[in-house]
Amino acid sequence: MSDTQEVDIIDQVVSQEYKYGFSTDIEMETAPMGLSEDIVRFISSKKNEPEWMLEWRLKAYRYWLTLKEPNWQNFDLKPINYQDIIYYAAPKERIKLDSLDQVDPELLKTFEKLGISLSEQKRLSGVAVDAVFDSVSIATTFKDQLYEKGVIFCAISEALHEHPELVKKYIGSVVPYTDNYFSALNAAVFSDGSFVYIPKGVRCPMELSTYFRINAENTGQFERTLIIADDNSYVSYLEGCTAPMRDENQLHAAVVELIAMEKAEIKYSTVQNWYPGDKDGKGGIYNFVTKRGSCEGAHSKISWTQVETGSAITWKYPSCILKGDYSTGEFFSVAVTNNRQIADTGTKMIHIGKHTKSRIVSKGISAGKSHNSYRGLVKVNKRAENARNHTQCDSMLIGDRSGAHTFPYIEINNKTAQVEHEASTSKIGEDQIFYCNQRGIGTEEAVGLIVNGFCKEVLNQLPMEFAVEAQKLLAVSLEGSVG
Amino acid sequence: MLSIKDLRAEIEGKKILNGLSLEVKAGEVHAIMGPNGAGKSTLSSVLAGRAEYEVTGGSVTYEGKNLLEMSPEDRAREGLFLAFQYPIEIPGVSTTNFLKTAVNEKRKYLGLDPMEATDFLKMMREKMDYVEMDKSLISRSLNEGFSGGEKKRNEVFQMAMLEPKLCIMDETDSGLDIDALRLVSNGVNKLRNKDNAFLVITHYQRLLDYIVPDFVHVLYKGRIVKSGDKELAKELEVKGYDWIKQEVEANS
Repeated sequence: MSDTQEVDIIDQVVSQEYKYGFSTDIEMETAPMGLSEDIVRFISSKKNEPEWMLEWRLKAYRYWLTLKEPNWQNFDLKPINYQDIIYYAAPKERIKLDSLDQVDPELLKTFEKLGISLSEQKRLSGVAVDAVFDSVSIATTFKDQLYEKGVIFCAISEALHEHPELVKKYIGSVVPYTDNYFSALNAAVFSDGSFVYIPKGVRCPMELSTYFRINAENTGQFERTLIIADDNSYVSYLEGCTAPMRDENQLHAAVVELIAMEKAEIKYSTVQNWYPGDKDGKGGIYNFVTKRGSCEGAHSKISWTQVETGSAITWKYPSCILKGDYSTGEFFSVAVTNNRQIADTGTKMIHIGKHTKSRIVSKGISAGKSHNSYRGLVKVNKRAENARNHTQCDSMLIGDRSGAHTFPYIEINNKTAQVEHEASTSKIGEDQIFYCNQRGIGTEEAVGLIVNGFCKEVLNQLPMEFAVEAQKLLAVSLEGSVG
Repeated sequence: MLSIKDLRAEIEGKKILNGLSLEVKAGEVHAIMGPNGAGKSTLSSVLAGRAEYEVTGGSVTYEGKNLLEMSPEDRAREGLFLAFQYPIEIPGVSTTNFLKTAVNEKRKYLGLDPMEATDFLKMMREKMDYVEMDKSLISRSLNEGFSGGEKKRNEVFQMAMLEPKLCIMDETDSGLDIDALRLVSNGVNKLRNKDNAFLVITHYQRLLDYIVPDFVHVLYKGRIVKSGDKELAKELEVKGYDWIKQEVEANS
């Protein structure tokens, strides 16, 4: 990212509010409100799924019924009534689409408005997009060009029909439905999401990206993403998300599974900008997501980068299971909270193979009356000889009514491990702001500049197209945070 | 350019400036000297608009406008520049990026378009020569890990980039060795012209060997108690401040 761009971005953000808060008026087909075995069957039949998939969903549902919502968190979570949610909502009259011309123009307009062009002529250079609207994937661009290279990039509902052997083999292999409350719920009712397979020796020729949009009222979004990188392959994948402003809380409980085979590398970036609720904490998305990658093969690498600015509550820990010898896991995170937002995020790095390495860089920024926690686990198993970890957790406080918390857990079962943890907490100083002011930079711009500087290490990890977006978001999210 | 009349200011209830008056015209260099605690840094802070200081009386007119009613950023955009005694570090923000933001904020205020990247870089290269600024410094985080001398040179470099009308230098010589002092002073001298003015706040005379002032004022107990030309600074160097303190006490 050049300096010129950085400055331009900061210019643009003066007095913006959540600008994705509009909703699209479109005829929807929805499931009846509430959750039951019938709903699970309804979703499965809508997708025309094979029997084994339905069986798996039902097992997950029955297991979910035996579970209780987690209660170990350090924030208040109003009980969620799972019978008040609509689990399936799709734009009506969706026929099998051969080309974009057949997509409802209202939907295309919605994505245009979000800055996502689905028309391949007006594409972002080198980015293929899968657009998910409420419960269904609307369109995937560049599918044919990718397929020529052997890369499969499509909606997971489509993959179930066209590549059932791959889906069957890997779905739930990294995040089983028994993993936790929300992964069980997701397995029962997931409706769509992206599927990626990169064959052996292929470097995916473009960035892949999925754009998630919640639109309908009272619905939850439960997408499932599965990415498999076969031996010696590489893929960079990005996801973005937004939702309309609504007074009620909406639930988003996704599952993402990554599998990296020998010498494969997966780079997974997220810019999360779900509606955060208003300044008094009314409305907003509950973002309860399970993301995990498995470095199956030797010398494989999985790298998570996330910029979390939205959602009323974010609760997620993108993790790496380092099975392959010499495999590497990375987690780069920026979480910004303002007003009454809560973010509880971090990672788990599980060292199983020998000579495995992990790196964690977490930057938390709390403003308003928000709370921002880093929660992470570094675990070195008995046989993981020569494991290395470096963790850096930096928190920045803006104002004096926000909170920053760090919960690092370290479990070492092998004496050869080297694990380092660094942490710092700072406040945006009045001196820094005054210094900027004295050079003609107003306070809001100064905060944007200082925060972007604080997060630079993480933002540098993002692919260009997203880095620009992310910087804008940081500044916008913190507007009005300095009096 | 700047007209300060009977200025009174305090911080946390403590009176620091007690009726300070000063006239500065374009093209002039004024040195403000005085013992510790006389109010020198308070004067620069009040002029720049630091919020901790409360102005309790008097007026400051800058280019025909009431300076005290303007926000700190607007004062800067109108051409007031403060070279800090202790420049602030901003991690992760390069000097280049910082200055580009500052220059364009000022241009926006003046109704101009942002500067083209190539023009900006050209300007940077030119102005870096003023203080023999090392190229590697401007891509590093602002002031982070800079030596005392590098920080002060960066202040003068920023001054050169922002082309202010009124430059206030707050003890710029403190912590500088003789070579750095010469570099910084040379930079300032190159910036002097008939349209701008300098307010050089210093404790010691030696800076004034390099930046030769038109007027020297002695600040004591929050007021200017004696004014003269550069010879006054030399006298102070020899005799110290005690004789002035005695004069003031005798007159009161």
